[in-house]
Amino acid sequence: MKVNSPLEVYKFLPQTNCGDCGEATCMAFASHMIDRSLKLEDCPPLLEDKFRKKYLKLAELLAPEIREVIIGTGEHAVSVGGDDILYRHQLTFFNQPALAVDVWDTMSEDELTERIKFINEYKKFYVGRFLKLDMVAIRSTSGDPDKFKQAVTIAAGNTELPLILCSLDPKVLKAGLEVVADRKPLLYAATKDNWQDVADLMMEYDVPLVLFSPDDLDTLKSLAATFLEMGREDLVLDPGTNPQGKPLRESFENFLMIRRAGIKEGQHEIAFPLLAVPMTAYLANDDPVSASYWETVLASVFTVRYGDIMILHSIEPYALLPEMHIRDTIYTDPRKPVKVDPKVYEVGSPDKDSPVFVTTNFALTYYTVESDLASNDIDCYLLATDTDGLGVEAAVAGGQMTGQKVSDEFKRIGFDFSEMTAHNTVILPGLAARLQGDMEDASGLKVKIGPPDSGRIPGWMEKNWPPE
Amino acid sequence: MAKKIKLSELGSLFNDMDVESLEGVTIEGDIELEMDTGGGFDPQLAYMLGHETAQIARHLINISRLLGYPVDQLFGSIAQGEVPGVTRPRQLLPSKFEVGRIEEWKNPIQEVILGATSSDGGTRKNTFTLGGENALPYYFDSPMPHRNHITMDVFDMPIGMAKAVKVNYEDVLESPAEWAKKVVNDFGADMVTIHLISTDPNIKDTSPREAAETVADVLQAVDVPIVIGGSGNPEKDPEVLEKAAEVAEGERVLLASASLNLDYERIAKAATDYGHVVLSWTQLEINAQKELNRKLMKQCGVKREDIIMDPTTAALGYGLDYAYTNMERIRLAGLMGDEELSFPMSSGTTNAWGAREAWMVGSPLKEDSDWGPREYRGPIWEIVTGLTLSLAGNDLFMMMHPGSVAVLKEITQSLHGSLERDAVDISDWVTAEV
Ligand code: SF4
Repeated sequence: MKVNSPLEVYKFLPQTNCGDCGEATCMAFASHMIDRSLKLEDCPPLLEDKFRKKYLKLAELLAPEIREVIIGTGEHAVSVGGDDILYRHQLTFFNQPALAVDVWDTMSEDELTERIKFINEYKKFYVGRFLKLDMVAIRSTSGDPDKFKQAVTIAAGNTELPLILCSLDPKVLKAGLEVVADRKPLLYAATKDNWQDVADLMMEYDVPLVLFSPDDLDTLKSLAATFLEMGREDLVLDPGTNPQGKPLRESFENFLMIRRAGIKEGQHEIAFPLLAVPMTAYLANDDPVSASYWETVLASVFTVRYGDIMILHSIEPYALLPEMHIRDTIYTDPRKPVKVDPKVYEVGSPDKDSPVFVTTNFALTYYTVESDLASNDIDCYLLATDTDGLGVEAAVAGGQMTGQKVSDEFKRIGFDFSEMTAHNTVILPGLAARLQGDMEDASGLKVKIGPPDSGRIPGWMEKNWPPE
Repeated sequence: MAKKIKLSELGSLFNDMDVESLEGVTIEGDIELEMDTGGGFDPQLAYMLGHETAQIARHLINISRLLGYPVDQLFGSIAQGEVPGVTRPRQLLPSKFEVGRIEEWKNPIQEVILGATSSDGGTRKNTFTLGGENALPYYFDSPMPHRNHITMDVFDMPIGMAKAVKVNYEDVLESPAEWAKKVVNDFGADMVTIHLISTDPNIKDTSPREAAETVADVLQAVDVPIVIGGSGNPEKDPEVLEKAAEVAEGERVLLASASLNLDYERIAKAATDYGHVVLSWTQLEINAQKELNRKLMKQCGVKREDIIMDPTTAALGYGLDYAYTNMERIRLAGLMGDEELSFPMSSGTTNAWGAREAWMVGSPLKEDSDWGPREYRGPIWEIVTGLTLSLAGNDLFMMMHPGSVAVLKEITQSLHGSLERDAVDISDWVTAEV
């Protein structure tokens, strides 16, 4: 964005402090514009006719440096790009990279359907939600427009995820577009050789497009400038993902240079989302485990440094899990609170015979324990004791979690063991085992020590619950 | 409703809005476009007026839509996508890509040497230099003078570890010296870290003297530079590390670690007295890191070339976001001139094995999809944790799994530009049969 202080935004606001946006003042609203936590459209008066010029001006000033491109339609549509910063701590990155897994048109219908089902359904629980895959990339390995059309038809019929149509042959791309243009697939790709024909397709079907210029940023920029000239802003850039050696270093540098040009230098013509193809790992490794590992490595590198879409081949869980997690790691908003309210939570429907567990109010720890309990149908009480957002091990080491403090937390919250339980027993996490004596003295309760990892609570329960 | 917009006004509106594509376009004469259902706008006209005007027409339509004029009804499909008359360039517009370097990166990271050869009063076969960067790792602004290094963990007693790790060490668990040989000779470790965990009063309470003997054994067994780690017990570590430093005199080991919650002065003194490097360890807090480094330099007299930082490593999925951002901020601050933060960094990458994804047989949650075999999950967890921190500026990696070490070396050296590998043609990756 072209502004960096609330004052610069305030100038263009209605300045009535009417409060319709939910903020007390226009100035408060302005600071939400700068940190991008509210949208301009959240100020209703600004949308009135008389403010239209100011609204337009503000929209221009506040537009992110890297364009945002939308792929797909409806609730599964994916936005990519939209970033304003080069380093995570400066604000936060927006629109996490979309993970696209490939299928190809020489697969049998059964194979294709099965793979797409897997892509649709793969999920992993993490901090209160599921990590998932985002897109299906359909590759034309046959080069045959009819085969591609058939594969696209089957794919489209089996997933609501946005699609990427991959071929460098415009005839093949056209065959795919004839089936799914209305779902706004991403077209891959225009190159220096086929761009005229691909431009026709982009215009005719009005779909977003990838510009592919491996190892040649001058040509990539030329392509972008040319498509901009044609009035298209829904572009994604692929500068090439070399899988190994010095060419890999060059690809890495290309990602850095393009993003720096876009964000730091405001080079409008190259300020588009970037696409990486970690699956080139398979061109350099014959052994499937090595290829899958290396693909994960490449995906991680380009997730940290500026890739906005990843085209992946491996569907091994040992590749997908770290890929989904590193994406979450880099795109988690560093400004958002990572604590849950310190209180006693009910998991399932606990009664007087249910166990009472203790954990910390660090969101990650809490959600991990809570989901382990809920997923295994364990009815219980769970105290998220206030450790100022530290995990168990750190809080025990640092003194934020002591027997006295945990005991006081129960009192503060008003959780009376003699009233709520028939067993007068509390269970501390295994990593807080050394607090057992302390806790007994401070609380007068029976104190049991649970397993060091809450994933093992079900097994622990079999041996230890109910207490004798 | 019949509103009229003059193109000349439109031009100034665009100027105001910084619309680049209008720069250099001069509008001669005044063309009035009547925005009325009666329609004075003729797309054919735009076409005949040539390309630039057509561009303006397209902008006009977009702007008009923003201004609330019902252009979509007026022009139908024209306004949606293609504007007739937007001629396509016949050739790619020529363009040259250029980008500047970061001027703010003025301050090099301190170079620190680990190990000492006979010419420097030690017995190591070689030394390693860490640091010296003038840019973020692998950036084109300035070549990274030294590659990343890996030191592999050796413990002074058998410990619990993930199955995928343990299978590699079953034959050496009882002998730190053999263990050290194995990681250097078989697994390609640059260095060895001997962790004196048995000295913890809650474990075996091994005496500092006995622990020092273990260190001597390891120095005997391998000729690479070494790292000496305590047990993490803040009361016991200072005396353990003092004795260890003494027995390793002149070897320029890395003493791990000085921290704010123990007697860091004693550790610093042990390092200075016997010619070693101090690991300055803080927990994910950039200000604490500054404070400790300052105290080591000002209060304890440790020289700049004798300090490496460990700002703490959290595993992928378990706080790596903090660890990553903390390290990146530290490195950027150092490069931009903060002398209290411009030191090489070290990561306890082994912490990745604490993540349940690294060691558990499967997910404890029945809602999760299959986690697949853990033999493959563990090493990649360690790799991705290390790799992410390498991109934030970490120099030295403390690791455990030989497979992880091999892959981390491969990627960090590829990004460093020091690996020769066959070129692969990626221009036709789309059709690859894999
Ligand atoms: S709604 Fe708009 S005018 Fe009203 S207080 Fe918020 S920013 Fe100001």
